[in-house]
Amino acid sequence: MINDYRFWRILGQFLAVFLTAIVVVILWENLNRNLQQLGIQFGFDFLNQQASFEIGERPISYKPTDTYSRALWVGLINSLRVAIAGIFLTTIVGITAGIARLSDNWLVRNISMVYVEIFRNTPLLLQLLFWYFAVFLSFPQVENKISIWGFISLSQSGLELPWFTLSPEFSALLLGLTFYTAAFIAEIVRGGIKSVPQGQWEAARSLGLKPGLVMRLVIFPQALRVIIPPLTSQYLNLTKNSSLAIAIGYPDIYFVASSTFNQTGRAVEVILLIMLTYLILSLSISLVMNLFNRSVQIQER
Amino acid sequence: MTNEKLIWLRKNLFSTWYNSLLTVACLLFLFWVARGIITWVTTQAQWSVIEVNLRLFLVGRFPQTLYWRVWTVLAIAAIVSAITGGVFFHKQQLTKRGIIIYIFIVGVLLFILPVDLISRLQLLLIGVLIFAGFGVGRNFAEVLTPWLSLLWLLSFPVIFWLIGGGFGLQSVPTNLWNGLLLTLLMAAVSIVLSFPIGLLLALGRTSDLPVVRWFSILYIEIVRGVPLVGILFLAQVMLPLFLPTDVRLDRVLRGIAGLVLFSAAYMAENVRGGLQSIPRGQIEAAKALGLNTILVVLLIILPQALRAVIPAIVGQFISLFKDTSLLSLVGLLELTGMARSILAQPEFLDRYAEVYLFIGLIYWVFCYSMSLASRRLEKQLNQ
Repeated sequence: MINDYRFWRILGQFLAVFLTAIVVVILWENLNRNLQQLGIQFGFDFLNQQASFEIGERPISYKPTDTYSRALWVGLINSLRVAIAGIFLTTIVGITAGIARLSDNWLVRNISMVYVEIFRNTPLLLQLLFWYFAVFLSFPQVENKISIWGFISLSQSGLELPWFTLSPEFSALLLGLTFYTAAFIAEIVRGGIKSVPQGQWEAARSLGLKPGLVMRLVIFPQALRVIIPPLTSQYLNLTKNSSLAIAIGYPDIYFVASSTFNQTGRAVEVILLIMLTYLILSLSISLVMNLFNRSVQIQER
Repeated sequence: MTNEKLIWLRKNLFSTWYNSLLTVACLLFLFWVARGIITWVTTQAQWSVIEVNLRLFLVGRFPQTLYWRVWTVLAIAAIVSAITGGVFFHKQQLTKRGIIIYIFIVGVLLFILPVDLISRLQLLLIGVLIFAGFGVGRNFAEVLTPWLSLLWLLSFPVIFWLIGGGFGLQSVPTNLWNGLLLTLLMAAVSIVLSFPIGLLLALGRTSDLPVVRWFSILYIEIVRGVPLVGILFLAQVMLPLFLPTDVRLDRVLRGIAGLVLFSAAYMAENVRGGLQSIPRGQIEAAKALGLNTILVVLLIILPQALRAVIPAIVGQFISLFKDTSLLSLVGLLELTGMARSILAQPEFLDRYAEVYLFIGLIYWVFCYSMSLASRRLEKQLNQ
């Protein structure tokens, strides 16, 4: 039997499971002992207690006397707001910057390169801090607001558009995430467009199509096949990076969960909630983008 | 203007009416930006906050009398990196332009850094050592190549001994390791520790044993789906809960543990890409030669896979270097954390732009040079 490799494989797996089980049991015992010493019982019923902390931005109604679960819902909606708006804006900026990188205008090409190299090589947290503290907090008070193009106003109370006002925290987070992720998307788009064979350009031009139509009808649909998988991972990165809102005080799900931990001391439940939320968000985005990916693949016979 | 310049202008900037409009718009934009920046830099910005706190930014509250240890660490790291660089790029031509650019950069640094004369001389010495190390690496490349990993492996404990103390040197507690020193240390330690773990995870994910494969997949997918702040929060808060009560884990250790856990999952995906790029014929040929699985992995698969993913690994290191800034959110005072704590002092209350631009420049210099080196390396490996 010891000459049979299947024996060793099954034995090896048994050993792996056994060792893992021992480690898990030891850790579990430690955890229980430490929790007991702190006087905390594992359970999610703390979610029905009063939250007693204020949340700065409330898309749905919330008072400090509401429960923790309502606070977490507010945080989740805030995260979704920033993630969806961010994904939308960063796609536009990223595709523009990517196409600009390949322009035949020397100035446009190099301005785009400088943008990409600066925003890709500095940490996102630093960019967010800069946007919030050095840009948005240096705007004048509401009475002396700066007006751009007549319908956008910038002041201490944030970015005012004709339909709604965006708070400084939301705007700083949105702009920071957008420009950071767009720099990566620009490189992805550039790689995708360059992957389309040169013959496609030549054939399209010889058919009499103008450069704009060549890009729109021939090159870009083929480039999409190469662009979508790394684009998906950038969308996921943007969603996960929205958790840095805690650095500038925007109440997203991580911020609210962290405040919940500070108030209740329930580490395990809060961490499980954070992980579950982000895993579900990531999986949803991956699923949607995978459907999109399948629709742009080559239909082989 | 000469004819060539006019032709270049017409071809690149003004070829069609559309391009001409774009050029004019870009020039206006650039002019507006440049005017704003120059007026701000020369009139409103107060750069004294950087001069006064330069020491804090670079090494934090490391005891001043023990600075010779930091200089020694810098010298060791510089020499070993230069030798490695020389060995990796020994096939490329050493251009006069490259040497002039290097001397120019060193000269500019020596002039503008607001440090005293002794520090400038020490910086000059390190510049000379880097040059010498690069030369040694280039000329003795074949002799040195097998010793490179040993060199790096030895330099790590030496660097830690010099910074932490013990065994004859006065010990420096870890809460005094701050600033750029802590950033570089944590990035280096995390990438070194996450490499074997990521390798094991990648091998586990592609293995035939279902238990091992499912465990690896579960770990990788869960860690990649959670943001880094979540993992750092987990490491800071839950790690003490999992250990017996009398074991107190250092903050720096908890931070390193979080970074390693996070980075290992991404490293596993990079290595898996390399593993999948090896043609199946290699494994079949190795098995036909009679090698067992362990030897196949060690001698055939790993060398080829790792060579294919070196650019991805360098990219991972660049991301990790940027991600060390997130440690400021869990209470560690590395470069970003130091900047925020300096900005919290009353006399430097509004100097946000100056400080953030300064540390942004530091991060940018490191990341851009690493990405340049990675692109050169990729070109060299593909030859």
